[in-house]
Amino acid sequence: MLAFILRRLAQAVIVMLTVAFIAFMLFQYVGDPVTNLLGQDATPQQRAQLRADLGLDRPFPLQFARFVVNAVQGEFGLSLRQGRKVSSLIVERLPATLELSTCAALIALGFGIPMGVFAALRRGSFLSQAMMTLSLLGVSLPTFLIGILLILVFAVTLKWLPSFGRGEVASLGSWTSGLLTVDGWKHLILPSITLALFQLALIMRLVRSEMLEVLRSDYIKFARARGLPNRLVYFGHALKNTLVPVMTITGLQLGSLIAFAIITEQVFQWPGMGLLFIQAVTFADIPVMAAYLCLISLIFVAINLVVDLLYFAVDPRLRIERAAGAH
Amino acid sequence: MKIKSTLLSITLALACGLSQAVTLRVANAGDVQSMDPHSLNESLQLSFMASVYESLVGRGKDMAVVPLLATKWAQTSPTVWRFDLRKGVKFHDGTPFTADDVIFSFKRAADPGSDMKGYTSPIKEVRKVNDLAVDIETVTPFPILPDTLTAFAIMSKKWCEENKAAVPVDRRKGVENTASFKANGTGPFRLKERQPSVRTVLVRNFGYWDKVDTNVDEVVFTPIGSDATRVAALLSGEIDLMEPVPLQDVERVKASAAHTVLQGPELRTIFLGMDQKRDELLFSSVKGKNPFKDVRVRKAFYQAIDIETIKTRVMRGAATPTALMVGPGVRGFMPDMNKRAAYDPDGAKKLLADAGYPNGFEVGMNCPNDRYVNDAAICQAVAANLARIGVKVNLTAETKNTYFPKILRRDTSFYLLGWTPSTTDSHDALYNLMATPTDKGQGQYNLGSYSNAKFDELTQKIQTETDQTKRNEMIREAFKIHQDDFAHIPLHQQALAWGFSKKVSLVQLPTNYMFFKWVVVK
Repeated sequence: MLAFILRRLAQAVIVMLTVAFIAFMLFQYVGDPVTNLLGQDATPQQRAQLRADLGLDRPFPLQFARFVVNAVQGEFGLSLRQGRKVSSLIVERLPATLELSTCAALIALGFGIPMGVFAALRRGSFLSQAMMTLSLLGVSLPTFLIGILLILVFAVTLKWLPSFGRGEVASLGSWTSGLLTVDGWKHLILPSITLALFQLALIMRLVRSEMLEVLRSDYIKFARARGLPNRLVYFGHALKNTLVPVMTITGLQLGSLIAFAIITEQVFQWPGMGLLFIQAVTFADIPVMAAYLCLISLIFVAINLVVDLLYFAVDPRLRIERAAGAH
Repeated sequence: MKIKSTLLSITLALACGLSQAVTLRVANAGDVQSMDPHSLNESLQLSFMASVYESLVGRGKDMAVVPLLATKWAQTSPTVWRFDLRKGVKFHDGTPFTADDVIFSFKRAADPGSDMKGYTSPIKEVRKVNDLAVDIETVTPFPILPDTLTAFAIMSKKWCEENKAAVPVDRRKGVENTASFKANGTGPFRLKERQPSVRTVLVRNFGYWDKVDTNVDEVVFTPIGSDATRVAALLSGEIDLMEPVPLQDVERVKASAAHTVLQGPELRTIFLGMDQKRDELLFSSVKGKNPFKDVRVRKAFYQAIDIETIKTRVMRGAATPTALMVGPGVRGFMPDMNKRAAYDPDGAKKLLADAGYPNGFEVGMNCPNDRYVNDAAICQAVAANLARIGVKVNLTAETKNTYFPKILRRDTSFYLLGWTPSTTDSHDALYNLMATPTDKGQGQYNLGSYSNAKFDELTQKIQTETDQTKRNEMIREAFKIHQDDFAHIPLHQQALAWGFSKKVSLVQLPTNYMFFKWVVVK
């Protein structure tokens, strides 16, 4: 077990270095922050000087090496756009993104699993057909469109919910939370639904097809033959076995909820890391972009590690195989 | 009993009056980058901070130069100006404003980390005469010094030194600076709360030295990057005022009973430039020579562009076609010279044939796609226009982050650019956009290296000429030379579009500055 974790950590370091390397290669094409930093009245000499001072004129392997050395010490430098420490910018923005993604994940799981089970058990009923059709929309409509539609209906036409921002937040030390105020909750509803919709549809469709698969398997027939009540067969035996692939997907999707919150955050002006990243891209704010990409890859790696560990807990076969392999 | 109830109602009325602080909720597509007024020379930054920090000289509602922290000024010699400072002005922390703050602020703005060096470079020295007067000496006679000073905020020496903010933040050194997120000016509003990219809150400075028109007690500024969301926030009543209204939404906002849009010409002029220096164009089918060196080709390009259709289709009416490189509101703008050469594709074709290109030629064009209003669409329209006279344009439209470094390297044959003279004086455009490039900074945005010796000579004279009538005549002459040479192709001034609730009344300046001291909420 320990060896497994250590191996995974070593892989994580390689993954992150690769991400950072590719990111830096891409930065060659994002453009040059210098013209954004100096106004139109700056002289060419001032521009060249600033470019040299920021190290942007060096070849990219050197820029990359410098970045890695600093990043290992937790030092990502100053945001070119805001003139503030990148680390403190990210710490400021992290709570907003995490609250939004967690909320979206809970919505996706809380509705997706029961709906999937229902669609599998009541296959062919009108309600489950309707759910399947809607889920197709959820999977195919782009996030920004869903967001804008929700804003149009609930903010502009009905005026029930706010259209942008995080509302009133309470500070708990360095963590800011919108979950402690009514205003904060109101602001959270539309963005988290927008972000959850795709995942909800995905999970629902996945649970349905897995469930149908499992219901056809032998041990369900045996369970039925033993005369177990339906409820026990469905929820005690079938659902449990359905959840293994769902867990994998959910784990991966949780990472993408955090990473792809970018679009939702932009539509709703949600002050999270995704918005920070988008703003950084439009300004070619390289320190912020680099730090964000590294952080996101770290989150992905960590989530995958946790998912792998959960397999051990849920699926007894894995434990047996591993034990057998050790001999 | 009766007295009691009267008292009660008075108390209630008072309580209501007190609790009904007037809040103005403002949204913009971008955020103010820093609270430091010297850190970035960008109009949103300078506009917002102008409510908190003030300069010696300001702008009135009609763009005229008006006294702010200086009460009057006069030239004591061709290069020396005496500024009398306003008495009894206090910074937000209570420190009195004196000549020392002026001298300190000039030094701060000239620091390497400052982005206001363009404004301080004509100034040689600022000397203290007494606590309430300074002498400003310029390097050469500089007739537009007061205009230049409008962009330039005065900070408190004491506060900056106490807060380790004596120089602007230097991003290269990796040290944060208090002035980036706190502020202490003399303006009609003081900074209450700063959450970058989330909200910035200003409150009224009731100790302000002047009477102001506004009844706004609090300004809540929120950046909302997404166009659709910004419009939605306005229409749903969550914000009172926003800028810019995307062109495609102007009609929608106007259709709302509770909202309106105010459109006005911006000072910025959008124009096209052509490489007139290289002996062979970089991105063209013509080899061994440069067609743009021939004035007939430049004139043909000019006349092939259907500016009215660009105005109505691409800009949806929100543009003012122009024949000059500066717009109305810039000193030296000549209304009588603002007549474009007629749109004439047949004439253009003939000019091209005369110049030796009866079948046209191929040329590369560079264009930003996120800098000016519908910039890439304008370029596409121009390319379509030029196709009619046989010129095949290979258009590259890209983000400003890659576009500007490229064109500043002069890695272009044909490009689109916009320019607002930061001094609101024509000399700024003559010097930066049209005069022959030198290594001193002259012509640094003359990316096609148009060059005319007479024009350069006039530009130099205009810089130091203090007699306004003579100066205007020289500006006129320079414009004439430039027009006759078809050195650039001016297109239009794009329109500003502010959307706001009908409860709000305000003043819009062509510089796109939004002064909260002129906003009234009913």
